[in-house]
Amino acid sequence: MDLVPVFARWLHFLAGVMWIGLLYYFNFVQVPALKAAAADGTAAGITKHVAPRALFYFRWAAIVTWLAGAALLGANFVNAFTLSKGYAGIGIGAWLGTIMLFNVWGVIWPNQQKILGMKPATDEEKNKARRVALLASRTNTMLSIPMLFFMAGGLTHKAAFGL
Amino acid sequence: MKNPLDSLWGTVISGLVLTAILYVIVKNLLT
Repeated sequence: MDLVPVFARWLHFLAGVMWIGLLYYFNFVQVPALKAAAADGTAAGITKHVAPRALFYFRWAAIVTWLAGAALLGANFVNAFTLSKGYAGIGIGAWLGTIMLFNVWGVIWPNQQKILGMKPATDEEKNKARRVALLASRTNTMLSIPMLFFMAGGLTHKAAFGL
Repeated sequence: MKNPLDSLWGTVISGLVLTAILYVIVKNLLT
């Protein structure tokens, strides 16, 4: 019995829960909380102590999720990404996850570094970074919905949707 | 027109609509 897919699936789920869990934390909890905290002057507690830690696990969990997913696809990696017959469902999930990974490392993280003062930025640059990071994060939240629908496809999806 | 991603509900509804669109594409064109 090949243990690689067993551990790859397990790790893919573990890291995926952390990644998407933190994504939902940012969108459903932290962003609204920061708005309220800014009003009573307590936002620094979140931006200084919570956000950097959450971002650390968020961006590295994204990498681990993708690598474990690639290992799980194994020899079917190309079939999935070329949406070959029988692999279109998981392939769409894999493409959405990949786009989300690039969003995390290419858009959200560089802009968050400016927002949190890890990279020098003027107030104007910070305001622009806030808007870009918010929209990229919201885009990933939106993409996570079809991504999970296609990724979680199993016997029930086959029976109900013919995927 | 307001960007649906400016609100959480708009984001969730956009995700559900995108799921339906991708499902139709996969079901009719790719399987």
